[in-house]
Amino acid sequence: MSQRKRAVPASQSKTKRRSQVSLDEDDKDANFSQITSSQVQRARENFTSDQIDRKVAEVVQFILIKDQKKIPIRRADIGKHVIKEYKAIYIEIMNRVCRKFDQVFGLKLVEIDPKNHIYILINKLEPIHGEPVSMRPGNPKTGLLFVILSVIFMKGGVIKENLVWNTLKKLRVDPGEKHEEFGDVKKVVTDEFVRQKYLEYVKIPHTEPVEYEFRWGLRAEKEVSKLKLLKFVGEVWAVLFLLHSPIQLTNLSVTVITSVMKRSLINL
Amino acid sequence: MSPPMGDSHKRFLQTMMSNGIISASQAAALHKHCCETHGAHYVADRLDDFINIINAHLQSLFMHIRKGMSEEDGLEYYALVNVTETDITRMASDYADNELELFRKTMDLIVDSESGSASSTDILNCADSLQTKKLKKKETEHVLSKFVQDKWLNEKDGEYTLSVRCIVEMEQYMRTIYQDLIKVCHVCHNIALQCQMCENPICGIKVHLPCVARYFRARSDPRCPECSEFWPHEIPEIPQSQSQSSQNLPSSSKENTAPTPSRRSRRS
Repeated sequence: MSQRKRAVPASQSKTKRRSQVSLDEDDKDANFSQITSSQVQRARENFTSDQIDRKVAEVVQFILIKDQKKIPIRRADIGKHVIKEYKAIYIEIMNRVCRKFDQVFGLKLVEIDPKNHIYILINKLEPIHGEPVSMRPGNPKTGLLFVILSVIFMKGGVIKENLVWNTLKKLRVDPGEKHEEFGDVKKVVTDEFVRQKYLEYVKIPHTEPVEYEFRWGLRAEKEVSKLKLLKFVGEVWAVLFLLHSPIQLTNLSVTVITSVMKRSLINL
Repeated sequence: MSPPMGDSHKRFLQTMMSNGIISASQAAALHKHCCETHGAHYVADRLDDFINIINAHLQSLFMHIRKGMSEEDGLEYYALVNVTETDITRMASDYADNELELFRKTMDLIVDSESGSASSTDILNCADSLQTKKLKKKETEHVLSKFVQDKWLNEKDGEYTLSVRCIVEMEQYMRTIYQDLIKVCHVCHNIALQCQMCENPICGIKVHLPCVARYFRARSDPRCPECSEFWPHEIPEIPQSQSQSSQNLPSSSKENTAPTPSRRSRRS
């Protein structure tokens, strides 16, 4: 085989700069609140502005990657994996990170869980239709999610899981079967959407056998415009009404319903 | 100081982030759409100025919207790339260690080859001798299809080539790793994997197929630009600028694009 000259990747020559401020490496998130102003002062003196700029960039990248997978970001993870020895000036770094998200991307870092310090990125730009290139390429599950959010919304914010499954079944999306577009529907709804914080799937206490209920998740609360949802619901209210009536639906009705929903969903 | 980013710029950037790479014609349409949506001053053909504003702001985040040419269809594309990485760590968050190792080995095979491609058989052999963790045949096939789906590789008839996204994103990394061992196009000076070569043993310059098409357009006696020996290879047709297809250059006898090698995007 031919000889290959391999240059050492730059990532390996990055030297870890030990800061004068010694913070416990096993820090959990709690230590963020115990930083003194003298620690902050010393940290500012220890790191050059280039280094701090670099840290800001790394945090932005970290958050973007997590957000791409719709995983909420824990402050503790940012500290452990990215900020590390710069922890004393994390507030300054995070402020600059938030400004970057706003000024460059039009995104907003929002704390959805103030107790555990968990963040998501939400879009400050409105979704619009008629884009030549989609901002959300290839995600059919959005439609599925919106149907469920709508049903929960219309029913007052909490519904028993059976109602969701019955609604979906009437749309020919059976949680028991593998769907050609969504795959394992039950898993998508009860696991994926819940992990992404779009839905909450909670045990109803004192039920035997165990029953669950659905609510809107924290991300849905922040991201989904209730006004837009009302418009969506308004466009299909008759359809949803029909779905929950005791009237037997013929095949034709189901086709009509599905196509009306699909048309409305495209506008979201 | 660079002008601030408007909502039109942010929308463009967000779309780039979700798509990774878009064609030049998509970019032009997107530019128009973003400006019109936010009532920003729009000048057609000033796409590069528009993108330069975005890039000025992306600089401190070590990101960049870079233009590159596809070796397959000769068309230009815009990709959002990281500039910190001197390794393929851009992919690191999406793939396991052994999958990344397989990608590196596939890249080695492709760079080493005359055709600029690697057969699935050869890649399967590599999978069997990975240092991290061996991949079985079915796993390898699955990873390869992921690479294709994520637009890092192209596949045709069992042969794998590096996609335009891969080359635009990783050109720096590849030049560092392979140094003189990687072929470079004599016309546009970018990395050339799928190319034609001058048959003169003391010359041997390489030229991309689309660059050949442009350089030798309508010449009845094509000669090597370096040594003037007869160029024996079939001269492909000039790529259609409207075409979105990734097929080999479609045959079109009427084409307005002038052969201007100086317009080729130089590596910034």
